[in-house]
Amino acid sequence: MSAFVVLKAGVLSTLQDQGRFGYAHLGLSQGGPADYASYRIADLLLQNQSPSCQIEVSVGGLSVLALTDTVFCVTGAAMPLTVNGQPKSLWHSHRIKKDDVIELGFAKSGLRCYLAVAGGFKLPKDFGSNSTVLREKVGGIAGAALQQGQFLPVRSTYRPLLWVLPQKLWPDFSTPLQLGLVPGYQQHWFDEAQWQQLCGTDYQVSALYDRMGYRLQGEPLLYQSQALLSEGISYGAVQLPPDGLPIVLLNDRQTLGGYPKPGAILARHAAALAQCTQGHSIRFYRIESEQLAAYQQEQQRYWAELPMDFRSLR
Amino acid sequence: MIQLELAGENALILYLPAEISANNLNQLQQLQQQIRLLLADQLQELLPSYASLLIVLKPAHSGVLAVKAMLEQQLTLGATVSQQQGQLVLLPVYYHNAWDLDAVAERADLSTEQVIELHQSMEYRVYAIGFAPGFAYLGELDARLATPRLKSPREKVPKGAVAIADRQTAVYPAESPGGWNILGLCPIPLFKPEHAGTSEALMPFSVGDRVRFQSISRDEFVALGGQLPQELC
Repeated sequence: MSAFVVLKAGVLSTLQDQGRFGYAHLGLSQGGPADYASYRIADLLLQNQSPSCQIEVSVGGLSVLALTDTVFCVTGAAMPLTVNGQPKSLWHSHRIKKDDVIELGFAKSGLRCYLAVAGGFKLPKDFGSNSTVLREKVGGIAGAALQQGQFLPVRSTYRPLLWVLPQKLWPDFSTPLQLGLVPGYQQHWFDEAQWQQLCGTDYQVSALYDRMGYRLQGEPLLYQSQALLSEGISYGAVQLPPDGLPIVLLNDRQTLGGYPKPGAILARHAAALAQCTQGHSIRFYRIESEQLAAYQQEQQRYWAELPMDFRSLR
Repeated sequence: MIQLELAGENALILYLPAEISANNLNQLQQLQQQIRLLLADQLQELLPSYASLLIVLKPAHSGVLAVKAMLEQQLTLGATVSQQQGQLVLLPVYYHNAWDLDAVAERADLSTEQVIELHQSMEYRVYAIGFAPGFAYLGELDARLATPRLKSPREKVPKGAVAIADRQTAVYPAESPGGWNILGLCPIPLFKPEHAGTSEALMPFSVGDRVRFQSISRDEFVALGGQLPQELC
């Protein structure tokens, strides 16, 4: 059987593909990889043709046994990776043989890793997606986190060439984060002084952070709130509840909500935020709408050109 | 009047006048059709609520500002709004004072029977579905029953809880935390994920439909497949 077996599930390991789209109007959350940049690099390193089903490993402690020869890689947070006890590098694809054991230790910097295999894991989808949303009990296996003893079938056993992301391109998840904030939603409810405060305050990630959202600590931003009818919440939206402390909403956010929002942060920065833990330093800066097109072209170029920087291990 | 705002690098939000009204509901349904036609393959998600519509674009779109400008040009509000009635959905309720029925009655200076009668007397529209799969925001509640959310939300609201907040009412499709005032329980499942990919409906209603509540006894509740939570057993 082409599959893996979960030996140790770790702190919180879930199956994630690109996310669940087209069901928000029924109340279903988007889900998907909290750090989609690391997730996407894993697929590129394995030359997976479409977004695959991968394991998102939060904090660490996962161990899996291969029942097949294949190729895998791990990207994301700096978790010690071993195969049969031998240290292996992240951001590399590696060959693996039947009966090999892959183990991930605990993150030294960053929070989440992506364990991907050539062709991706092959499991039944809920609402068109494998993405696990624990609160809704959908995706993954029975809508839950991975558990010891589970089988994870793989889609194919093709073995791509081995590729490496050069070390100079590895993200550093330990530095303070600058979050580009696109003004939108109730942006006009905040006057210039309040915008200056929002973008001039050093915030820290509070103890309340998860795949749903990140609550920040810092000087509260007090403003005259008005009644707001519940409305759709986009990825990266920044809510300001009456206590004046921003909450950045991520993959597992509720679909509708009624707190005022000055805008939403760039998707790339929301992915980086999802690698942060309590106490991480955060600062917002304002993205003028005229800069958006240039930013998006730069992103498209980045993703198109990134594979050209890969080194081959042939 | 249609107002469009950015809602992120890949998202826009469309606003109608901030009110809970059948007019908004009908306009939003027509606007959704227009947007589906105008954006076609560029559209990732379309999420209506009371007076807004979140429009999420796929990553490879023609630029959020270009799309915004195009929609500002092309979108039109219907001059004469057709009265789309939606289908009528009857939801049975086993009203019970194990939760907030007494407190709601006391606050409104009514008997619990009057509260039940008023809650059943209205025909509600499904204005939005969200917060959780199958959670329908129903309006409008009789003004005499308008009750603010609990000061501190319950950690566990039972599955099927029929609840009110301000001038809205709703049924919790699954056990979850929640701050609405619970009047009773509905035995009908409101979200059936096992129907995904089949021709069966995932939930008994969609936005625009009409809902009426009907009082049932404890025996009828059980006969309809309702599960009594521990505090009622």
